[in-house]
Amino acid sequence: MNAPAPQTAPPLLDVQGLHVHFNTGGWRSRAQVHAVDDVSFAIARGTTFGLVGESGSGKSTTALAIMRLLQHSAGEIRLDGTDIGRLRGTALRSARRRFQMVFQDPFASLNPRKRAIDTVREALDLMAVGTPDGRAAQAAALFAQVGLRAEQRNLFPHQFSGGQRQRIVLARALAAHPELVVCDEPVSALDVAIQAQILNLMKRLQRELGLTYLFISHDLGVIRHLCDEVAVMYLGRIVERAPRETLFERPLHPYTRALWSAAPSFDSRERGRERRIRLNGDPPSPLDLPPGCGFAARCPFANARCHAERPALRRLTAHQHVACHRVDDDARAHYENDTAACTNSA
Amino acid sequence: MTASTTTPSGDDAPLLAVDGLSVQFQTRRGTAHVLDEVGFTLARGQTLGLVGESGCGKSMTALAMMRLIPQPPGRIAAGSVRLHGRELLALPEAEMRRVRGNRLSMIFQEPMTSLNPVFTIGEQIAESVRLHLGLDRRAALAHAVDMLAAVGIPAPARRAHDYPHHFSGGMRQRAMIAMALACSPDALIADEPTTALDVTVQAQIFDLMAELRERTGTAILLITHDMGAVAEMADRVAVMYAGRIVEEGGVHDILERPLHPYTQGLVACAPGRRRTAPGETLREIPGTVPSLLRRAEACAFAERCEHARPLCRQRPPPGSQPASGRRVRCWLYPETTPADTASPA
Repeated sequence: MNAPAPQTAPPLLDVQGLHVHFNTGGWRSRAQVHAVDDVSFAIARGTTFGLVGESGSGKSTTALAIMRLLQHSAGEIRLDGTDIGRLRGTALRSARRRFQMVFQDPFASLNPRKRAIDTVREALDLMAVGTPDGRAAQAAALFAQVGLRAEQRNLFPHQFSGGQRQRIVLARALAAHPELVVCDEPVSALDVAIQAQILNLMKRLQRELGLTYLFISHDLGVIRHLCDEVAVMYLGRIVERAPRETLFERPLHPYTRALWSAAPSFDSRERGRERRIRLNGDPPSPLDLPPGCGFAARCPFANARCHAERPALRRLTAHQHVACHRVDDDARAHYENDTAACTNSA
Repeated sequence: MTASTTTPSGDDAPLLAVDGLSVQFQTRRGTAHVLDEVGFTLARGQTLGLVGESGCGKSMTALAMMRLIPQPPGRIAAGSVRLHGRELLALPEAEMRRVRGNRLSMIFQEPMTSLNPVFTIGEQIAESVRLHLGLDRRAALAHAVDMLAAVGIPAPARRAHDYPHHFSGGMRQRAMIAMALACSPDALIADEPTTALDVTVQAQIFDLMAELRERTGTAILLITHDMGAVAEMADRVAVMYAGRIVEEGGVHDILERPLHPYTQGLVACAPGRRRTAPGETLREIPGTVPSLLRRAEACAFAERCEHARPLCRQRPPPGSQPASGRRVRCWLYPETTPADTASPA
């Protein structure tokens, strides 16, 4: 759980033991939702870290807690050594220029009554970037940097397409010269052709500006294309974490394998149906977590220990972490002998 | 404009034949040509994937086939939709109501907005059974429970009395499928049936649709923007752009050897299909979809096409058949060219 980051240089973002709990169920109830439960990871500067999982897995809650838009219950969020989880008031406000966020829905995250350039300009004003006189030029430069044309500056959000709107959102996020950009499903609302444009833009901006991305998506293709390291979340916990190709070519956790096998393969000759690990039902309610592994109820390979004892996220090699009783310390998945159905990976 | 080549009946006639379907909408800024001579056929037990970007006319095709286009401002300007050789566009509304949900069913993208929140799931499935199959209330509810069991809802007799908000997203979509299939339709139109769902739930729904198709022989028109869904489900694929079908062919041909530059872009720009080197960029289709207010005097894709020649901006490309079972609408493949499979990319 407290494994050091695999990188030698200190990471830009280091999250340790993050918990986010919500009280729920009315005034007499003590019910708590453990939306994020003991999540730890680190992101090296200039790299992209992917969080992948299904709805309700806690990806977005993790992002909001890191952005300090949601109060976390416990844990440390270190940005370049500073625990931004402890900052308050003006200290937090001035630290915010170092971490910015891009949301999923570019319709909802732009003010419909503000002209595009003013949206970007407002971010510069709020963060007091440069001198007031220079900000108009800076806003125009940001506009060009994200691939928008000068004659579009004075248009309103509804006059842009979805992809162009997401470019405005990116320009706004980049206004304060952030080091970390947290992106919560930034391309999920876009058509695939436009998605490619935005993903290429994000890669170019990362190269040009040395950005670090925390990238949240449920789309495995997007994650595989963009991320250097990936963590898989299930019911508020990280169940597996590894560099991209390790995770995609040899996933160890049964949930990761099920997720990979569920994704359409693009290969019309070998359809997924035959090799799929079938998951039944839905994830259990986070209100009423089982005592053992959160995935045990849906896992085809769960044994008595899985139902009784919660597996910790263990470090197997320098880069690979997994939370499963049925994977040994030498990264051997013992459940592979249970059935031949699980031998295929994505 | 109307069909002349399809024979109205007989064993060779396709189950469902759409021909020359054109739909226009009157807007303040003029007439929008949202569908322009759309045509395809669907055989029993077959799945046709209808793909394209938002606004290309995929959903409009489905609504026109179901005669659910709001008129005005919309208008079916021309074309024919034949189910078992019977022209649906000419039916009186009362007669069409007997077809909808009975012979031709539809499932929509967002199951929460297409279920009525104040009726139980069982009542909503039973309603169409009572109307179309003439069963009494009790028999219809029993049939609804059977359908819920068939789509894999656990404890169906109990869950039939639940309201839509008691169901998760995946269960709601299963209930929608149960409702659509309750009267054993000949054809099912599925408009982005899994877009709102998680990938493991999407896999469950695809498996379910494939099982039902094999068991009942229902033909499926699968509307999607996801080439992965097409690879998973479809036998044939039709690609739409700006209200027109620009390419049609078997699923392997379309995914492995796409001919139209737009199809090539759509297939290539999906991320994560294979291992990519760090820093590798995705193939992009530059620009955005054109306005539908001007009826295409030329190829609608020419503005975004890297192979565009002056001819492409002057005249609309003719449809050609570069190989058997394939149609493409592009000046790169003029009518006279023999079956040339080399793609120009």
